[in-house]
Amino acid sequence: MSLEPGLSFDQAPPISVPFRFFLSAPLFALLAALLALWYGPALIGSRWQPSALALAHLMSVGFLGFAMVGAMMQMLPVVAGAPVARPVGVARALYLLLLPGVLSLAGGFLFAAQWPMRLGMALLGAGFLIFVVAVGASLKRAPSLNPVVLGMHLAVAALAVTVALGLTLASNYGWEWWLTGRVRLANLHLAWGLLGWVGLLVISVAYQVVPMFQLTPVYPRPLTRWLGMSLFTLLLLWSATLLMQDAAAQERAALTAGVLAAAGFGAFAATTLRLQWQRRRKVTDVTLLFWRFGMACLLLALALLLGAAGQVLPEPARLQVYSFALAFLFIAGFAVSVVNGMLYKIVPFLIWFHLQGQLMGVAKVPNMKEIMPEKGMRRQMRLHFAAVPALLLSAFWPPLIYPAALLFGASMILLEINLLSAFRIYRQSAKLAPQAGSQPT
Amino acid sequence: METISSYLSGDHQRCDELFSQAEAAASGKDWAAIAADFQAFLRAMRRHFKIEEEVLFPAFEQRTGMSMGPTQVMRAEHAQMNELLDAMEDALQRQDKDGYLGQAETLLIMTQQHNIKEEQILYPMADRALAPELGDVLKRMHAVEA
Repeated sequence: MSLEPGLSFDQAPPISVPFRFFLSAPLFALLAALLALWYGPALIGSRWQPSALALAHLMSVGFLGFAMVGAMMQMLPVVAGAPVARPVGVARALYLLLLPGVLSLAGGFLFAAQWPMRLGMALLGAGFLIFVVAVGASLKRAPSLNPVVLGMHLAVAALAVTVALGLTLASNYGWEWWLTGRVRLANLHLAWGLLGWVGLLVISVAYQVVPMFQLTPVYPRPLTRWLGMSLFTLLLLWSATLLMQDAAAQERAALTAGVLAAAGFGAFAATTLRLQWQRRRKVTDVTLLFWRFGMACLLLALALLLGAAGQVLPEPARLQVYSFALAFLFIAGFAVSVVNGMLYKIVPFLIWFHLQGQLMGVAKVPNMKEIMPEKGMRRQMRLHFAAVPALLLSAFWPPLIYPAALLFGASMILLEINLLSAFRIYRQSAKLAPQAGSQPT
Repeated sequence: METISSYLSGDHQRCDELFSQAEAAASGKDWAAIAADFQAFLRAMRRHFKIEEEVLFPAFEQRTGMSMGPTQVMRAEHAQMNELLDAMEDALQRQDKDGYLGQAETLLIMTQQHNIKEEQILYPMADRALAPELGDVLKRMHAVEA
């Protein structure tokens, strides 16, 4: 019998692998908040305008992308029993490609400049290619294809589709040519990125972390077995409808796939809330509150989506309002909340874990609450919970974007401070370690 | 039919249950009650470690010849958890509520990620490797006392 992977200390990557991504993520969100303050109510004008596109990518590729890349590199050994090979080199390459990549892409949109756009395409294309290949290879080695591993496979496939579509769309800005069917392609890009990559990854990670953090019952077997695959299939079917010639039939088919996908995400959110309600752990912590808030926002986003779909032909103006409200709810309300909540568990735990490995028997290791104090987390959480409703309302009444962006930016500054303070404790404590085992940054 | 997976996963659940009681008790002020809940939890944890370290791991190592593999890592993680349990007990004696809850939080995540590895990888491996002597191994596991 060969040694099965997944059960070795060496397989937990050095702390610098996930942390460089975690510590950078809030800075992109802060940049997005500053952009929103700079452009003000004009931002809500059209989803196609450069400022809105730059902001959307700072949030999705910058904040969410960085947090998720870092988390995946960390989680693969535990949940899949399969670490990414050469994690330090891969993490460094990813970081050096993705960081300037996101900034050039945002710059390319903002200044309608071709060179930054081309540079951003090359950097992000290369970065995500490395990520997809490295993570795909390690998922393939996973000893069992449990729902978490399967969901991660699907999420990574969705990321590959998203990036391919994104590069095609961006080439439109990088060179002088006009893509026909640009709107359809952009909608595809959005659906694969948000519902595919972000949605499927959150769902599959939830199967693991929701029971783990709050001691809830496990997700029901039929859900974990079918949901990820069904959502992925629906995304494929929905994409295929765009090839249909008959406009009326296309609309019906797309609507059906959309309603079914919304039902799938709704089932996930409702199940998560139910499991958390039945949790055995009695204390209510920040992570739990972030997740509940995130699930409520997801349900509200789905209701809004169905409401928009229910009107046969919404007026163009209404469509704009809907798309901003949906984006705020899904990205800031749902995705940012669950990521934020998870960071507050993963970051202090990893710091404790690495310090414990280095300091066992040498010095006292601070516990998770000393590393990440409750007070600071709660303060940041309250700002975030105020920022999301303000953002949502600003879709309907644009002047509200000022207080909303201020709240969101302040929340991200506090998040960054909390993460950095925790990391400072790591650096200080790690100095006490005997030299051989220490590995700061 | 009872397997190593079902018996020990069930025991994880029982320990989780006792953990949440010991954690929730700390919201009150009755230190004697907190100590009682903690002792019940501690006994269950120590018995679980004993079952694995004295029955399961040696049997597994003997059958597979893997003495430096997964069981070694699991033993090391038990040692880490024991340190956290000691730290909780220490905080309890000092009546330091924040310290107690901070160690509890850390122990919870440490334990849960450990359990995932055992339940998803090690126990199924052990069920396969020890199939011929399963009845005997289970009998010895049940016989372990706290």
